[in-house]
Amino acid sequence: MAEVVEPVRAEEIRAIPVRHPGRWVAGAVVVVLMAALTKSIATNPRFEWGVIGHYFLTSRVLHGLVVTLELTVLSMAVGIALGTVLAVMRLSPNPLVSGASWVYIWLFRGTPVLVQILFWFNIAALYPRFSIGIPFGPQFVHFSAAAAITPFVAGVLALGLNEGAYMAEIVRAGIISVEEGQTEAAQSLGMTRLLTMRRIVLPQAMRVIIPPTGNETISMLKTSSLVSVIAVTELLYTAQLIYAVNYRTIPLLLVVSIWYLVMTTVLSVGQYYLERHFGRGATRDTPETPAQRLRRTFQLRHEWS
Amino acid sequence: MELMVKAEQVHKRFGRLAVLKGVSLEVAPGEVVCLIGPSGSGKSTFLRCINHLEKIDAGRLWVDGRLVGYRQVGDKLYEQRDSEICRDRAQIGMVFQRFNLFGHMTALENVVEAPIHVKKVPRREAAEQARVLLGRVGLGDKLDSYPAQLSGGQQQRVAIARALAMKPKLMLFDEPTSALDPELVGEVLDVMKGLALDFNTTMIVVTHEMGFAREAADRVLMMDDGRIIESGTPGHFFADPREERTRQFLSAIL
Repeated sequence: MAEVVEPVRAEEIRAIPVRHPGRWVAGAVVVVLMAALTKSIATNPRFEWGVIGHYFLTSRVLHGLVVTLELTVLSMAVGIALGTVLAVMRLSPNPLVSGASWVYIWLFRGTPVLVQILFWFNIAALYPRFSIGIPFGPQFVHFSAAAAITPFVAGVLALGLNEGAYMAEIVRAGIISVEEGQTEAAQSLGMTRLLTMRRIVLPQAMRVIIPPTGNETISMLKTSSLVSVIAVTELLYTAQLIYAVNYRTIPLLLVVSIWYLVMTTVLSVGQYYLERHFGRGATRDTPETPAQRLRRTFQLRHEWS
Repeated sequence: MELMVKAEQVHKRFGRLAVLKGVSLEVAPGEVVCLIGPSGSGKSTFLRCINHLEKIDAGRLWVDGRLVGYRQVGDKLYEQRDSEICRDRAQIGMVFQRFNLFGHMTALENVVEAPIHVKKVPRREAAEQARVLLGRVGLGDKLDSYPAQLSGGQQQRVAIARALAMKPKLMLFDEPTSALDPELVGEVLDVMKGLALDFNTTMIVVTHEMGFAREAADRVLMMDDGRIIESGTPGHFFADPREERTRQFLSAIL
């Protein structure tokens, strides 16, 4: 017979915590520097906070904002779709198919996106007319490049095609990260290659694909300002047009910066929830949302008091 | 009676390494065969050849009278198309050493996945059947758990239910208990014994669990260096193995 072990009450530890004077000094330095910076921002009249407030919600700026968002969404959509196709091609057993994907990535990742933007803007100089049909055979639809490739379209094409090369590598890394056993299990159940990719591999690859894609989206939001060079009235070019007339350069650049910050912040929050969704099953517990964490913290406080 | 599995002089090479050097075997419907042998002897490779996860290089392999991986027309062999390979594989269940449950799906979703998407079984019917199967392997209360929330033994039992959901003619087990904590081996073996004894499932099991072999197997095959070197009832292997290599191996694992 084993003895019944009485739980022994152990004495709780009450020790004097280690002091950290260094942390206090560093904290003080930060506070002083922040105060100096805040004072300069608040009191330097050349920031012209009034002008910033005036332009922040004008219809022209808001229109530029919408164009920036359109550029970002469309370019990312092109990039993600193209990147997925390129990644699957890259993993194809057919050397011509995987080679074509490699060449695409080499070309579009190897040249500056600004050059690509200018290139697409001037595509009419290279191919004045486009047509759709059978290669070397009859063509069905013709259209003129100058009419079809507006600056906005050129911007989306350049950003999207360039993004496709980066997304291809991201998607490929995601696909490779899924254990081979998953594919084998799916195959042993009679699932085709395509079904396995769609139902088993890609959903699990998402966990690896989402975080860098979020970064790419945030990066795209900012990179889209490059199309200001081809006169697309997105956020930055709109501001440039305004300050070209009234010379309020700094306040308008600040308006633009604040808007970019707002948008990237919103995107970061969205990314957090996406990651949470696709991380299901990967960890034992789904991580709490910040709101849940806050509520729990307050509940704990409440219990303690 | 039609054989469930028939192998004639099956050879398999990986590059220059010959893994199977002429394996011949006949398994009747309802029979339970255990494959034992040292690691590297080709047991797992042979099992993977049976559902065409590996292509064989020489010999012939039939499952339920159908050639694996090829179509024979006259004396010409044609490679099967992907869709044909998939159709044949759907009738062979496989359980892996590392479970390989789909990590982004709950236990129930794992089990209904192939019936719904491969066999086109209506969702509700598939779910009903999956509940029965998961109940049978003792996991009726874990339907909504993700694999990461289950122990190894529980995961392997879900994997067995997932394979059974396709109503396979043949079940292949590739070292189903080798990745498990010793305490959890029993629960998986119990499920497998149930399949063998109560449901008369045709099974080929690569295993070192001689206790399982003794209770459930009709036949035990000893593989070494890419060949089957000895075959007999479990009793034969326990009482009086013929080959010296078999004796050595058994004394090492028992």
